[in-house]
Amino acid sequence: MAKRKASVDAGRCVACGECMNECPRSAIRVKKGIAAVVDTELCVGCALCAGSCPVGCIEIMEVV
Amino acid sequence: MKKKWTDYLWIWPIVYFSLGFFNILFAWLGMIDFILPLLLAIFGGNKAFCNQYCGRGKLFRFLGKKLKFSGKRPAPGWMSSKYFRYGFLAFFMTMFGTMLYQTYLVAAGAQGLRQALKLFWTFRVPWNWAYTAGWVPDWVAQFSFGFYSMMLTSTLIGLIVMKLYRPRSWCTFCPMGTMTQGICRLRNSKD
Repeated sequence: MAKRKASVDAGRCVACGECMNECPRSAIRVKKGIAAVVDTELCVGCALCAGSCPVGCIEIMEVV
Repeated sequence: MKKKWTDYLWIWPIVYFSLGFFNILFAWLGMIDFILPLLLAIFGGNKAFCNQYCGRGKLFRFLGKKLKFSGKRPAPGWMSSKYFRYGFLAFFMTMFGTMLYQTYLVAAGAQGLRQALKLFWTFRVPWNWAYTAGWVPDWVAQFSFGFYSMMLTSTLIGLIVMKLYRPRSWCTFCPMGTMTQGICRLRNSKD
């Protein structure tokens, strides 16, 4: 069964950290103030980060 | 999720604007929101202020998400483009520079103290009840009026985009965010 994971478009991310605030698993964090990075081991694909991102640069991808 | 003390920082902008309503000299406290993000970016190499400590961001989140005042669409793509973000930063810094020049003119005695706010850099709003002449040198008061105007204008813009789009849409083009992310990019490019 395919798993769903968040994926950040780092080029568009403004590193506001709103995704960090939303994530219930602490699976996403802003790295060095540049862009958000997803820890795919922790991410369960709940899409809370994607729904809160003001830029809309987070997508939930199917990962086989 | 367990509440942290930073979750309550949305109270800060409310306190700031309330204090400034009664005594404009409190506007100087806004320099915390100007200097601290820069210090964290320059010396810490991070955007910890934006991510955890920005009271304005917390306020938009509280109003937009908890009280459901915001829209649900992400901000349009052009708003987070580097052209708009750096362009808005340049505009904001130009307006800040203009405000500093006005302060200098008052300090030099070339212009009298104007006890009014200027919202959206355009609309003059009387605010003379919030200061009694003579408390401090006129330039200190002039800076207060100018800085409070900038803080209020940017908060109002943030509330508008919060209503139109997602709660923290202001963050897509916030000048402090643009500056600190740029600093972090430069600082961390050496790594």
